[in-house]
Amino acid sequence: MQTTIDLEGAGFDRGAHILLQRALRALPAGAPLAVTGSDPALKVHLAAWCRQRGHAFEPSEGPHVAIVRRTDLEGARWAGAERAGGFAATNVVPRPSSTWGLAARGALVEAGGPESGFDLDEKTQVWTDLAPRLYAQAAASQWDPASSVDWQVPVTLPPDVEAAVVQVMTYLVENEQAALAVPARFLGRIHPHFREVVQFLAVQVADEARHAEVFARRGGLHGDELGTSSVAGRASLATLLAEPDFALASFLLSVMGEGTFLNLLTFLEKYAPDPLTREITRLARLDETRHVAFAMGHLEYQLGLQPDLRDRLRSAVERRYETLKTTAGLGEDVFDALVVMAAGSWEPDAIARGFDAVNTLQSEMAEGRERRLARLGFPASEAASLSALHTRNFM
Amino acid sequence: MSADAETLVIGAVAYDPKVVTIWEGFRVWFRDHGLPSTYLLYANYEQQVEDLLAGHIHVAWNSPLAWVRARRLAAAKGISVQPLVMRDSDCDLTSVIAVRSDSSIQSAADLRGKVIGTGALDSPQATLIPLAHLRGAGLSTRDFEVRRFDIGVGLHGDHIGGEREAARALMSGQTDAASMLDANHLAFSRDGTLPAGSTRIVVQTPRYDHCMMTAGPSAPPALVRRLTDLLLSMSYADPEVRPLLDLEGLKAWLPGRTTGYGQLESATDLLGFYDKVGNVLADDYRP
Repeated sequence: MQTTIDLEGAGFDRGAHILLQRALRALPAGAPLAVTGSDPALKVHLAAWCRQRGHAFEPSEGPHVAIVRRTDLEGARWAGAERAGGFAATNVVPRPSSTWGLAARGALVEAGGPESGFDLDEKTQVWTDLAPRLYAQAAASQWDPASSVDWQVPVTLPPDVEAAVVQVMTYLVENEQAALAVPARFLGRIHPHFREVVQFLAVQVADEARHAEVFARRGGLHGDELGTSSVAGRASLATLLAEPDFALASFLLSVMGEGTFLNLLTFLEKYAPDPLTREITRLARLDETRHVAFAMGHLEYQLGLQPDLRDRLRSAVERRYETLKTTAGLGEDVFDALVVMAAGSWEPDAIARGFDAVNTLQSEMAEGRERRLARLGFPASEAASLSALHTRNFM
Repeated sequence: MSADAETLVIGAVAYDPKVVTIWEGFRVWFRDHGLPSTYLLYANYEQQVEDLLAGHIHVAWNSPLAWVRARRLAAAKGISVQPLVMRDSDCDLTSVIAVRSDSSIQSAADLRGKVIGTGALDSPQATLIPLAHLRGAGLSTRDFEVRRFDIGVGLHGDHIGGEREAARALMSGQTDAASMLDANHLAFSRDGTLPAGSTRIVVQTPRYDHCMMTAGPSAPPALVRRLTDLLLSMSYADPEVRPLLDLEGLKAWLPGRTTGYGQLESATDLLGFYDKVGNVLADDYRP
């Protein structure tokens, strides 16, 4: 029996091909489809369209315009196609093909095409099962620097206390910019198949952009000139940017650096002399906690499969220490500003207490690093010695 | 230069930058399948045909008009050129003459005294074949005015700019009718050059064939056989060649047939484009 399609008034200039393709798909290759319709150009256009698609076209004089027989050439395009894993994050594959490129995970990917050049393309290199959850959390926790913080509250501090705050903000901006640049450098190298990882890091970059904004804005609240930037600080951050290995870079940045920053931000939340500064450091700390959790997650995952990664992590800390050991570490201006903030007054007693508070901060930072290193499987003694080698610049 | 027998030299006309992508892709694929080849790109078909006959190239990817000329030049010399392969999409084309939907023109006869926009003077599908067809329908070229859109002269209509300009001129009212390839009427109707429902087809020519891969007199037979076999073996299911086939606009190569050039042969005579031995007659033709 012959199948018929009536295109009615729909011409090829108004979507007739869609109706026709649907009808042809329902038929086996070579089976006749009688086409009828009232568009005056139908016969001409149908013939031209069939020729371009490889379908057979026989003009017909009866009630139909023509008989069309489907070719399977169009289907040949999908002959070697493969499914790029599955939509669900549980269906990521160990190593997606380079030619899948930017195709959505779960898409049917036509064979061939250019190599995509995403060189971080192994699940073990980038993945953590926490990624979907952390990304969702990150997306839900985005805050607007303009409205989440009350910039109208007057901040009136004695000039030398304000100067200490400005110095710390100057230091924070510099560090946040490093924390933005490091994941940004890897973002374009991670295979998009690991979508949730890319999404998480993209939001991490956006987080750092907001942190840089609020710290800069707080620093410039009362004047155009911010504090100092030391060579030692910049040298320390340069070693982060120079690390080409994703696992090592995220270890140094997030586990060691941002992990250490969690203590610093907690300290500022407690000691900053004005509510505005306390609020922005609180907001930044919440984001940084997530960044640390992600890095810990994917390093734990990778270490579970490649225990020798631990040796490379150790060497990375040692190498960075060797590079930085002749530099001054944390700028004196920053250290002193933290003391002044913790002191809360210029009474010698208060300054001494502030000094103690910063020392306590540094001990807490070291303990935090040791805990995280221990979670990554380093024995306690080694965790302590590696923690001690971390840059004195904190990040 | 002269073609060396170890390497097949293929001529093609660079009507678009994608021609380099296509022929470089083919060259590498031929090489990987045991056929050393190189390609020469020409600025127009006339030089390519002359070089084919002179033995400077072995094979030419010819427009239908270039096939006609190559055949005539060869016959005049007592030699022959061989049809090798053609695109599946180049068989059974037609040309159409379209008018605006609200036009009073209903048939070829109504074109008397009207202005017809055509493609470039060397376009088989948008100028030579439709104008010759009107002659067959009883109209001489003095019965109507031709407004030619000479874009890409020398490219034998491969550049569709002339047809598109003819279509635009029809819509803007500068002309009463426009001639073009059926597939271009379809393309222009879909891309909005001719808004949906704005035109009506009043003339359609019989079917004819288009480009022809042509072997010249100096072509080494073994290499030509290899080329033909390789082209015919190209499969649309092969992801390596599919992008090239898509660029070149075909799903499969078919053995060359010479039965689809009758209309163009008579058109070149009727309109005085080439003479019987392949000389260019059209005096305003400057590729």
